[in-house]
Amino acid sequence: MSEWWTYRPSDFLLFSSRTYHRLFELYNADIWPLQILALVGGIAILALLHSRIAWRSRVITVILVCCWLWVAWAFHWQRYATINWAATYLAAAFAIEAVLLMWIGVVRDPFRVDSIRTTRVRWGIAIFCFALLVQPFLGLLLGRSWLGLEFFGVTPDPTAIATLGLLLTSHRMSWLAWPIPVLWCLISVTTLGVLLQTG
Amino acid sequence: MKHLPTSLSAFEQRRALLLALATQSAAPLLAPSAAVAQARPIITRPVPSSGIALPAVGLGSWITFNVGNDRGARDRCAEVMRNFFAAGGRLIDSSPMYGSAQEVIGYGLSKFDKIMGPVFAADKVWISSAARGPGQIETSRQHWNVPHFDLLQVHNLLSWQEHLPMLLAMKAASRVRYVGITTSEGRRHREFEQVMASQPLDFVQVTYNIVDREVEQRILPLALDRRIGVLINRPFRQGELIRTLNRHALPGWAVEIDCTNWAQFLLKFIVSHPAVTCAIPATSSVAHVLENMGAAYGRLPDEPMRRRMVAYVEKL
Repeated sequence: MSEWWTYRPSDFLLFSSRTYHRLFELYNADIWPLQILALVGGIAILALLHSRIAWRSRVITVILVCCWLWVAWAFHWQRYATINWAATYLAAAFAIEAVLLMWIGVVRDPFRVDSIRTTRVRWGIAIFCFALLVQPFLGLLLGRSWLGLEFFGVTPDPTAIATLGLLLTSHRMSWLAWPIPVLWCLISVTTLGVLLQTG
Repeated sequence: MKHLPTSLSAFEQRRALLLALATQSAAPLLAPSAAVAQARPIITRPVPSSGIALPAVGLGSWITFNVGNDRGARDRCAEVMRNFFAAGGRLIDSSPMYGSAQEVIGYGLSKFDKIMGPVFAADKVWISSAARGPGQIETSRQHWNVPHFDLLQVHNLLSWQEHLPMLLAMKAASRVRYVGITTSEGRRHREFEQVMASQPLDFVQVTYNIVDREVEQRILPLALDRRIGVLINRPFRQGELIRTLNRHALPGWAVEIDCTNWAQFLLKFIVSHPAVTCAIPATSSVAHVLENMGAAYGRLPDEPMRRRMVAYVEKL
């Protein structure tokens, strides 16, 4: 792309805010009641983090991997790609993140919180709880309908943020799993910012 | 879907029917003055390379027609298209870059097959790989569900050195009527001019509106000189101009050029330039497409009036 410095984020916007929000409404209607299952999965992660069960880290990993694969396939590949051609690449990125999380979960056994006394772990749990329980309802403040809310495990934003929170709690930090959720958060913030700006 | 009228007279014969349809379908939504304007002949511009007349206002599809698989939204876009044709419009522009817009256009064309007018199908090739250009064009054609495109353009000059010979070969084989190139927001104008000067183009597509007037300096005069048709994108700066101007009253003298709203004011400024063939505002609103099409009727500003329009907007 020549003269790349002349491009603004709004130049890459392909859809209206109405279309973007409608995408979530139709998606939520299609997958209902999977949102409940994802919420149960998120609460299970929270409980497992504090448990003493030996295989807890692997169960958390499997739940997370399922969430990332689901979002890659059901959201990015099947829905978002209908209005954004770049979503096929996002689907691939989310699938790669699932593979990375699986590898880290199996090899490094990272998700074991033996103590919540450290600031980092506290922040991690707080971020995870925010993504699981608070973030979905922020949409209401931004004028979105109940049908268009975003939930952990089935939509990308809360899934990425919850994953970053979990990675913060990890007693063995693995930076490999950070870039994709961070990158997604940047893309999403930019998209929402441009949508707000352009109405 | 009717496609590619074989002559101007055929098009003119259909226009009376379309205007009757416009009156029937749009009357409740039109301001009285706009309805009166549509009783007059639609403003057309000849395609320089063929002489075929095109209505001076077309329909873009960037963002507005990219609604994915939302059936309700697709129906609303189809309704926009129906009203566009009923009001005398013909040229619809899209691109493989615009997400689902091509499919939505195809949906609209199929849905109202019996009542829509003859579409002038303008699309683009937008891919780095020269080898994959023909395949992309064929996919686009299938999305539109038309026998062939009227106009194919190299989108944003992407790989134009490779795509342009292919498009010109398609034109020679009567698989497309016209060939062109596009850019937007003033990018790569120097290279754009070079292609205009050296290649046998039928159309160019550039950004031009009452505040972005750089193309008046070189590109529009060059188009006149080379007898190249000009399509105008972003006439409202993606709605920004309308949003800004709607905070102000339309000047009283706008009535002298038969404008009843800012959209018509902005579009009449554009299509009154002698080099411009067609402006392609995009919208997903029936009310807005009817406002836009109102700009294709009535009086156009002359040069002193155009200067007055610019001065007025610059003061706001």
